[in-house]
Amino acid sequence: MSFEVPIGPQHPIHVEPLMLRLKVEGELIIDVDVDVSYIHRGIEKGLEVRTYLQGLYLAERICGICNCAHSLCYCLNVEQLLGKEVPPRANYLRIIVEELSRIHSHLLWIGHYFHTLGFETLFMYFWRDRERIMDMIELITGNRVITSYNVIGGVRRDITPEIESKLRKTIEYVRERMNYYDKVIDSEPSLLGRLQGVGVLKPADAISLGTVGPHLRASGIKHDVRLDDPYSGHDEVPFNVVTYDTCDCYARVKVRMGEVLESLNMISYALDNLPSGDYRLKIPPFFKAPEGESLSRVEAPRGELVHYSISNGGMNPYRYKVRTPTLANLLSVAVMLKSKGDYEVYIADVPAILGGIDPCICCTARVIITDEVKKKRRVTTLTELERYAREREVRKS
Amino acid sequence: MKVPGYFLAEALRNLFKKRATILYPYREVDKIHLPEGFRGKIEFDRSKCIGCQLCFRVCPAKAIKMIEDEKGKRPVFFIYRCIYCGQCAEVCPTKAITLGKAFENIALRKEDLEVR
Repeated sequence: MSFEVPIGPQHPIHVEPLMLRLKVEGELIIDVDVDVSYIHRGIEKGLEVRTYLQGLYLAERICGICNCAHSLCYCLNVEQLLGKEVPPRANYLRIIVEELSRIHSHLLWIGHYFHTLGFETLFMYFWRDRERIMDMIELITGNRVITSYNVIGGVRRDITPEIESKLRKTIEYVRERMNYYDKVIDSEPSLLGRLQGVGVLKPADAISLGTVGPHLRASGIKHDVRLDDPYSGHDEVPFNVVTYDTCDCYARVKVRMGEVLESLNMISYALDNLPSGDYRLKIPPFFKAPEGESLSRVEAPRGELVHYSISNGGMNPYRYKVRTPTLANLLSVAVMLKSKGDYEVYIADVPAILGGIDPCICCTARVIITDEVKKKRRVTTLTELERYAREREVRKS
Repeated sequence: MKVPGYFLAEALRNLFKKRATILYPYREVDKIHLPEGFRGKIEFDRSKCIGCQLCFRVCPAKAIKMIEDEKGKRPVFFIYRCIYCGQCAEVCPTKAITLGKAFENIALRKEDLEVR
């Protein structure tokens, strides 16, 4: 006999509203249903009624943590429409801030992941060291989280030698800490017990479900937009794509740890080889984009982010579409949570598996995922609700 | 077999270190250091403003309204709508708008959060 256990829309393991309907037999999960449609915000429509300049600030607020990736993707998109190319110095500055925000996102995720697993001490240390990175972002851009750094045609501010020396010191500090934490994760049996062999996603499944980003790289597949389709001078800055082949939650932690170190190396390289010259093109605040469509891809901290826009020659986009990485990764949760043969999933593993994809629901909930089972269930509840409403009316009269 | 507690030495060492947080709202407020170029509450210099309405037209949050006073057109800023993007300061031709360092922008009345 099976039971249904709802986790969500509000639940301590979720940071944002997300509904998981688990079908369980005893402790084993046999089926799962994912619903993300609890925070629809109408951002795509909002972008259509704003000018290109105003849209930048809205696009930046699609997601708080990956705001830098969203604004970069938006800027690349509009620059493509206009046929403009930013100066090389702007590209390098964009890389520096993008990688800083990737580090802060990964440190936040690792810390929060250990918090959900119950390892509070390491959570505190990760967040303490993340604060150094946040200070650097604040120093360079003027705000801790929402950077407003990328603008159409370049970046808003330049880096002074004073900032550069501070940044170098911070990089050294964080690198030293990360090397230490790497050893801690490998030698804590309580942590390894919660991570190893949990939430296995085979490479073939990962590809067929269309997962992206660190989640895909943890399944051993070398895929990174920065490598496959360099968008902001990434072909000039060398870096390694971190992959891991155990395909479980342990691999997901290790991939992100490795990526933090890679990002630190990228920032030091960019600082060493920062080209001189202008950091911004002069673009007027009001402009009409030529007719056409454009698509831009950015490797956000959570994976591949896609922005697509259609222009009909006006002051604002005719249509704007955003595909966020969590939407691509969420489907794989349904597969990872299902017990199949030898692979057993328990209710206690749900936080570890769900957390492993670094879910960011607020940027995903512009689309509704429906599958056949759920659609059916929805229709029945709706008719039941209607019947109930009608009966009440009859009773009243 | 591995034994738990690899982390113990570091944890014990941190017991004797200075705390990383500050006791923000009531004590140690002077320990907050804001960097140069921090984007806080808008500051407006009426004598520099020429009433060109550019800030009003670019504002993505509709936090700016144009009014008439004895010297002509001028903007009013509603901080409760402001998203601190700094676009108005950037677009201003005479640099009449700057973003200051005040970040505790909370008030009980709406009128207290208007910059005139």
